Amino acid sequence: MKYLALATGLLAATQAVAETPVLTIYTYDSFVSEWGPGPAVEKAFEETCACDLQFVGTGDGAALLGRLKLEGARSDADIVLGLDTSLTGAAAATGLFAPHAVTAAYDLPIAWNDPLFVPYDWGYFAFVKNTTLSAPTDFRALADSDLKIVIQDPRSSTPGLGLLMWVKTAYGDEAPAIWAGLADNIVTVTKGWSEAYGLFLEGEADMVLSYTTSPAYHLIAEEDASKDTAAFTEGHYMQIEVAGKLAATDQPELADQFLAFMVSDAFQSIIPTTNWMYPAVTPKSGLPAGFETMIVPQKALLVPADQADAVRDQALAEWLTALTK
Amino acid sequence: MTRDWPGIAAAASVAALIAGPVLAVLWFAGGGALPGPGDWAAVRFTLLQATLSAGLSVALAVPVARALARRQFAGRRVLITLLGAPFILPVIVAVLGLLAVFGRSGVLNLGLGWLGLPPVQIYGLHGVVLAHVFFNLPLATRILLQGWQQIPAERFRLAASLGLGPAQVARILERPMLRATVPGALLVIFAICLSSFAVALTLGGGPRATTVELAIYQAFRFDFDLGRAAVLALIQTGLVGAAALAALRVSRGDGLGAGMDRALRRWDANSLALRVQDATVLTLAALFLLVPLSMIVIKGLAGLPHMPNSVYSALIVSVCVSLLSMSLTMLLTLTMGLAALRHGWIEAIGLLGVAMSPLVLGTGLFILINPWLNPSSLALPVTALANALAALPFALRVVLPALRRAEHDFGPLADGLGMAGWARLRWLYLPRARPALGFAAGLSAALSMGDLGVITLFADPQQATLPLQMYRLMGAYRMEAAAGAGLLLLAASLAIFWTFDKGGRSDADA
Repeated sequence: MKYLALATGLLAATQAVAETPVLTIYTYDSFVSEWGPGPAVEKAFEETCACDLQFVGTGDGAALLGRLKLEGARSDADIVLGLDTSLTGAAAATGLFAPHAVTAAYDLPIAWNDPLFVPYDWGYFAFVKNTTLSAPTDFRALADSDLKIVIQDPRSSTPGLGLLMWVKTAYGDEAPAIWAGLADNIVTVTKGWSEAYGLFLEGEADMVLSYTTSPAYHLIAEEDASKDTAAFTEGHYMQIEVAGKLAATDQPELADQFLAFMVSDAFQSIIPTTNWMYPAVTPKSGLPAGFETMIVPQKALLVPADQADAVRDQALAEWLTALTK
Repeated sequence: MTRDWPGIAAAASVAALIAGPVLAVLWFAGGGALPGPGDWAAVRFTLLQATLSAGLSVALAVPVARALARRQFAGRRVLITLLGAPFILPVIVAVLGLLAVFGRSGVLNLGLGWLGLPPVQIYGLHGVVLAHVFFNLPLATRILLQGWQQIPAERFRLAASLGLGPAQVARILERPMLRATVPGALLVIFAICLSSFAVALTLGGGPRATTVELAIYQAFRFDFDLGRAAVLALIQTGLVGAAALAALRVSRGDGLGAGMDRALRRWDANSLALRVQDATVLTLAALFLLVPLSMIVIKGLAGLPHMPNSVYSALIVSVCVSLLSMSLTMLLTLTMGLAALRHGWIEAIGLLGVAMSPLVLGTGLFILINPWLNPSSLALPVTALANALAALPFALRVVLPALRRAEHDFGPLADGLGMAGWARLRWLYLPRARPALGFAAGLSAALSMGDLGVITLFADPQQATLPLQMYRLMGAYRMEAAAGAGLLLLAASLAIFWTFDKGGRSDADA
């Protein structure tokens, strides 16, 4: 008889586990690593939701969208977190995403009214350098200088693509000429951000393409104030990272709850010192000390999501032509 | 034919594992798509750099292997093991090590600056070839060294009693051996350089150094044109297949005959000039390979205290993956190698795995697995499998000549004794091929350790391998800790390689 009780108890326990709703979020790999926001976000949300939040990490933003296209409507994902504004147009075109109902007082340099995607953080691309280096103030001056830069390949890296869009938005039809001028400044082009940043730290280049907030890492985590970024007068290109709910989700309420949580203080205060980006909604406690020393570009550049694909293809063709001559 | 069925079945499985994912991608895409002009430029560049890299690696390996074959000195075994290190390093670690020597602010340019000389520029086609030689010279050296060691000691004894000089020994004994060994060495290195991507791009200095694998990335990420990605992957694999057929045609048996396994003595190489020559060659090779390695060690030592504990659990995961992958590789190598004694095409099939695009392989496996199982739950087995496919060509290249020689020298005797099946394996092939099997096992285990592996589609956040964890550290700005993890990886790979390699060596050998 006691075995029966035990069995019943075990069965009840399994059912209790089975009844805990699971919210599955696809995101990029560095979000879920132990140094990323993932672990803290999971803990904070599970305290409020009586659910099991499961992150699935896949490469970077572009790989994430690729995986979603492979899975289509059969995907286990309830939410995709980690697409950026260069991918949201293509993501919306898949028809896999459902509208959200989140409203928030965003602290973004531009107005946000995308019906499918909710922003959670953002940043500006910028060239990181040692503070001792007096940097050029725009791309023309950079092209005329002897400074060496290392950048990422737009075909395999998100920041690399950001630089392409940056030059294209700032210079339009003159972009090919700018790239031709930059050709002798580019030490090399790497597969991803990590390689480029590693080369810069090894002294292979004077500047590396990264974010205006990168020096905050060195300042806050390493107490090293030797890095800053070059402010360019033509403006800096933005990256806004977003999440969206999938139309085929089996947890629509929970997904909505997460998207609302995402713009709350509990989530937003995790972002600055784990993802090293600006939170989409500045938490009440403000930004961590050190962020106020980052440069604030005079102008924020961004291609609207619906034009991103066309601009991107043209910019890539121009970039390849200029750098393979 | 019947005794070859395990090998033929293994070859068929390998072919299915390579072709299946590509077909799955093609099926998903609803057909192939022709590559664009940019893609063809990538094919041309890929061929050029792979040909140059393979040619130079093997050409330089000849004097190094010859010097190692005919000299005995303290530390020779350690040197041979250490020389293997570049080959098993993860790409990014090796590239940073190379740049610490040859880069803009590297040791070489610092030295040139002191001497008032202009700096050298590493980025360009020559940089790509330099890096590939750094990776592959050790492998080529080991393959050729094995060739030298298989020339029976009795032949050198006979040559000495006939009073033959170094030139005649080279012509009569060494050249036939090289003729049989070099094509295979060229082939595996050509194949591995074909699928190079991050090295070629970083050291090539920009999009001029676009390889086929990068074109595949572009097709996948930019255009989500899976049809084009699959066709490019087929082109890449086809190039290796064509090269394999060419190399297998050129490669012939050396006809040196069997020996009695006496200790090797080289009476022909005692002159002072030859001693100086060998010493110089070995010193230069050791400098070229070991200075970048020591930069990695120095950087890594500084990073060791910064490493989080998760690095150690990642190490355990990596060792398990590596051993699993090694067992698979060796099972395939032995079965396919024995069948390849009579069916040469089997080795060509084994070779195809190394040039298979990891992105297309991963995508194809994902398409095949995803409807049935959660891909993350298969992350480690799939990693081990992909690594085994990638290591198979090297293992086959190492083991096959030894099996062939065993069969050629002692096959008739075994036939006469009616030795077949297990007995033949137990008493003929395993003992004769033991050093080669040990080396191949060490190589494939170490390769699997260092491989960043799949295939991000299968990533499992809870069970990162060491290379992946190292990459995550870099992605989180923790470059110092990543350098520490790189050193740990280097040490673990070398240890695992050394263990198996030593296990395979008998005392009189290597």
